[in-house]
Amino acid sequence: MGVAKTAEAVARRSYGKLIAFLAARTRDVAGAEDALSEAFAAALVEWPASGIPRAPEAWLLTVARRKLIDAARRRQTGDEAVGTVALLADELSAAADDEREIPDERLRLMFACAHPAIDAGVRAPLILQAVLGFDAATIASAFLVAPATMGQRLVRAKSRIRQAAIPFRVPERAELAERLDAVLEAIYAIYAEGWSDPVGTHARSRGLAEEAIWLGRLVVSLLPQEPEALGLLSLMLHAEARREARRDEQGEFIPLDRQDLARWDAALIDEAEALLLRASRMSAAERFQIEAAVQSAHAARRLTGRTDWVGIVQLYDTLLGLTGSIVVAINRAVAIGMAHGTAEGLAALNALQGDARLAEYQPYWAARAALLADTGSADEAAEAYRRAIGLESDPAVRGFLQDQLAEITFS
Amino acid sequence: MKYLLLQYGNETAMMNLPKEEASQMHGAYMAYTEAMKKAGAYVGNSGLRPTSDATTVRAPGGKVSVLNGPFAETKEQLGGYYLIEAPDLDAALAWAKRHPGAPHGSIEVRPVWA
Repeated sequence: MGVAKTAEAVARRSYGKLIAFLAARTRDVAGAEDALSEAFAAALVEWPASGIPRAPEAWLLTVARRKLIDAARRRQTGDEAVGTVALLADELSAAADDEREIPDERLRLMFACAHPAIDAGVRAPLILQAVLGFDAATIASAFLVAPATMGQRLVRAKSRIRQAAIPFRVPERAELAERLDAVLEAIYAIYAEGWSDPVGTHARSRGLAEEAIWLGRLVVSLLPQEPEALGLLSLMLHAEARREARRDEQGEFIPLDRQDLARWDAALIDEAEALLLRASRMSAAERFQIEAAVQSAHAARRLTGRTDWVGIVQLYDTLLGLTGSIVVAINRAVAIGMAHGTAEGLAALNALQGDARLAEYQPYWAARAALLADTGSADEAAEAYRRAIGLESDPAVRGFLQDQLAEITFS
Repeated sequence: MKYLLLQYGNETAMMNLPKEEASQMHGAYMAYTEAMKKAGAYVGNSGLRPTSDATTVRAPGGKVSVLNGPFAETKEQLGGYYLIEAPDLDAALAWAKRHPGAPHGSIEVRPVWA
């Protein structure tokens, strides 16, 4: 492997680990990022001349530490500088031992990024940047935010970690469940951004789904006894297993009930099922486990040829009780329509009217349109399809909805 | 790290507490302060007299005016503060959660400029 390739491979594998370790003591994520990027730049200059070091990670850590100490010296004067420099120098000598494994503190870093003192909307972007090294422009395009705005939010969040002294710590047992939830939410938000672009027209979005699964695996490996972490990974793997089947060769959208089961990824489904089973043995099911169970019920069609809609309704009942989420309520209404008939599904959907958020929520209008079309209310269905089409951003899904609309208006 | 815990609440409601509840509240504050001292987190604290006793000085563009009343008329008023020493935000938040004023309003946690 060439020097540039090795540096790239180390960067990919080690980025978050090195940032976590460098920032854990000082809580200075931005400083750690600067120092590490300087270290990578130094590697590209020095490695071709002197050869790739035996322990590239330790080499990078040592150089980055020196850069941090230099920066601290430049920035500060007086007692504070002495303290910081001493703290860094202490660990610098320890890290000089090449053979020593660098402790994995990425989970602590994630808990800092998803701390309740950090604005919920910036937690997922912050994890993408600090743990995976995504730049602000890439994150901005994935989350549909102006790059300058995203850059500013990230800078502010990092400053907050430092100035308010948000700890790099896996919370105590009593707080763990609630705080882990925020970490899992952030990872799921990353996955959702990647999922909305199933064909990977935008390479970055495709990457996001994979990165989210990677983070999910990381959390599971570090907290193997947390059922919700297993549940989230299971949920993401189930969804991922159907990625290919969501589009035909022309890139047209294929809804779940029309997907070719042979195109589902059996290995991913098996892994997802095993994770869910493991989780179910640990405790009463919570949000991510139940969502994974819904996906598991859909996946069972591969074996049984049918979908247990009554069971899915029950899962959504529980989920709605736990979350009170409008998204869950819509999915539940659709499932009721499948299990108990269109009229009941429509009644469940009508019960949600009055929620102002629905005016901008595509899945509500798409669900409503499909149910209305089934009851033969063509005019109302067409109206709902037009709302759904107007709210959709994915061209493939928009095309699918337009086809559905054409079917009812010309039949 | 030093943090300032600022207690906000409805001062009218607080001043009109029935005698028994007021003395219970007083006891709770005493115990809280004591626990803070024992834990080595205490730096200082004070309760504030109500905003009806407040006077605000403004000097926009150097033109000084003295106004009778608080900085802003709000539903919840600043009622007092604790200055604490804590290793990190989680430790400061743990003290904020125990604050006897927390159930009656909110506790703002502000890192103090180092």
